[in-house]
Amino acid sequence: SKVLEEAGSLEPSDVKTKRQPAAATAAAMSNKLISEMGLPASIANVFAARNGFSRCYCGLLPLPQDALSLPEFDLVALLGLDLDQVRSAVARISEIACPPCRTALSLLEDRARSACHLPTCLRGLDDALRGGIPFGALTELVGPSGIGKTQFCLKLALLAALPTCYGGLNGRIIYMDTESKFSSSRLIEIGKSSFPHIFQSEGMAQEMAGRIVVLRPLSLSEFTESLQQIKLMILQHDVKLLIVDSMAAILLGENERSTTVQKQHSWRWPLSFLKSLAEFSQIPIVVTNQVRSQNNDEVFHYSFQAQKNDTGKTSERLESHLTAALGIQWAHAVTIRLIFEAHSGQRFIKVSKSPTSPAVAFPFVVESSGISLLSHDGLEVMGAEICTIHCQDDLKIGMALLCSMAPISQLLTFSAEGLTIFKD
Amino acid sequence: MSETSRFRSLEGGHGALKGAQTAWDMLSEEQMQKHITTGCEELDAILGGGIHCKEVTEVGGVPGIGKTQLGIQLAVNVQIPVECGGLGGKAIYIDTEGSFMVERAHQIAEGCISDLLDNTAHRLKDFPACPEILQPNSFLANIFYFRICSYTEQIATINYLEKFLEEQKDVKIIVVDSITFHFRQDFDDLALRTRVLGGMSLKLMRFAKKYSLAVVLLNQVTTKFVEGSFHLTLALGDTWSHACTNRIILYWNGNDRHAYIDKSPSLRSATAPFLITGKGIRNATSHCKRVRMM
Repeated sequence: SKVLEEAGSLEPSDVKTKRQPAAATAAAMSNKLISEMGLPASIANVFAARNGFSRCYCGLLPLPQDALSLPEFDLVALLGLDLDQVRSAVARISEIACPPCRTALSLLEDRARSACHLPTCLRGLDDALRGGIPFGALTELVGPSGIGKTQFCLKLALLAALPTCYGGLNGRIIYMDTESKFSSSRLIEIGKSSFPHIFQSEGMAQEMAGRIVVLRPLSLSEFTESLQQIKLMILQHDVKLLIVDSMAAILLGENERSTTVQKQHSWRWPLSFLKSLAEFSQIPIVVTNQVRSQNNDEVFHYSFQAQKNDTGKTSERLESHLTAALGIQWAHAVTIRLIFEAHSGQRFIKVSKSPTSPAVAFPFVVESSGISLLSHDGLEVMGAEICTIHCQDDLKIGMALLCSMAPISQLLTFSAEGLTIFKD
Repeated sequence: MSETSRFRSLEGGHGALKGAQTAWDMLSEEQMQKHITTGCEELDAILGGGIHCKEVTEVGGVPGIGKTQLGIQLAVNVQIPVECGGLGGKAIYIDTEGSFMVERAHQIAEGCISDLLDNTAHRLKDFPACPEILQPNSFLANIFYFRICSYTEQIATINYLEKFLEEQKDVKIIVVDSITFHFRQDFDDLALRTRVLGGMSLKLMRFAKKYSLAVVLLNQVTTKFVEGSFHLTLALGDTWSHACTNRIILYWNGNDRHAYIDKSPSLRSATAPFLITGKGIRNATSHCKRVRMM
């Protein structure tokens, strides 16, 4: 009743002219119960009174989404108000649930005030991404197994842990390792190779490694539970980076027997949760993704495009038919997508999707100090090449084996030339 | 009395058919209507001058093809002053995915202004007020940005726009990027989704007509099994595909970006190539096929 009393005094214009700094406040508004929204008492009472009746009709009417999704005539019938009252109540609820309006200029001023990128220390990539991995957005790393995604993540974790005087974020990192690939000895090796002067002192290695918190969820339910806890941790401690390596393992592993519909549902919540977490906390979130082989049927065109002849040579098909494991809906949802691939005997990092960069690819190698680019001038990538993922096939490993290699930590290949450590 | 004038006095004067217009009046209105340029002349040409006001245009494509780029370009181009042939209006940008990068918007605004100053210098000499208006920051100040995190907020915002547009009369374009995002994820009840989307599209169409502005809805793609094979198609299903007046699909043709008019009441189906450069969306000229690094 106290809320309803205050409701009478809240003017519509107050809500809009007040600056609401955090997106969280806006999000909270639309999740509130209608009774807490500050509607005129008469209307709020009606919504509250009908609670019992509406619960069996269509769920909880006290939530704004119910009032907003139902057609007006349904609301009239349900609440016993007339059409004008329903319209003004819906308008009022909409006004409050609507996020605050900002001009693009105020967004720019906000971003100018604080740093908004995590530099990767790979000059060409940082130039292409205009600073590095952006804060407040989801960055995806996708590529075949053994190509270097985890190496990249380890280096990023280290860079974020470094003090600001060395170019780091001086914060904690949460590393969600779903495939048990995190290697702390490799992490220290990268640190000692890349920043010898920092890691000379004994305490530093311990301090840096101590800032990286590693979680190992083994099932989707553990994963979602951990995400909830992470949200709290980000707020309370100084978490500056979240890495999920890999997303595909946890989401695909669950649903071998489920239908496609269930499969699509299972990752919706983690996806929207991660996105809103990124924006709310303004930290970078990096997610890795697997690849799967593509059926020949899946060369996609619009119906108005002439069908390409399917007379491509077999070797071509073997080489380029890989696609990201989580599909096209995931691809729409991430802000930046970096494809790690191998062809023509070299490995490349390709900026496949980015709001601020054309598609460019950088050749790289994996060394003791982590990943380093062989050239800082990106090679331009055009057309369908931007989205395809190439995988080296000169070792003649079957496609099926390559794609299922993800859980394997080490792969040694024996050939006429000798023993190769293909993946470690 | 001639046939036409008798007919006109019959329905126009006393509101016997309230809200009706003769086709001739509509034609005169349409011919006077300005269009919002996309930045690429060939694309403008197949669109009949640019994006039409008073209409809802849907733009769809695969991730990374340039839908957000087009959305930001239109939000900037709508502000081209009337003296330079534009609408001199403001923009509303509804961002459901978080893909709006404000630094990129600044870059596009700079590119638009520098091209204006190069191309229409002769007109600008007569208008001393222009230097203040033609600053990237003033362009950014005229883009109203809403960040939406759930479908409830999306419905609420579109409802609230009714009031917003009454207060801000200069708005000439509403861009929703993307209309699809929250409706693919949060909805299990497809019938409800269809109804909600239908309601939203009707409201947007009403805003377009009432306030003479353009509505541009960006859509994602999905695959559909048609005649024995998978095709790409815009998301949200068949019922939604009827909701928009015009539909443009952005796609890759070999190594070039193209736009295809998939549906329009007055334009024929055609494709046009375009480029995304550091300055924004521009013509794909034969000597400059390479995408320039920013």
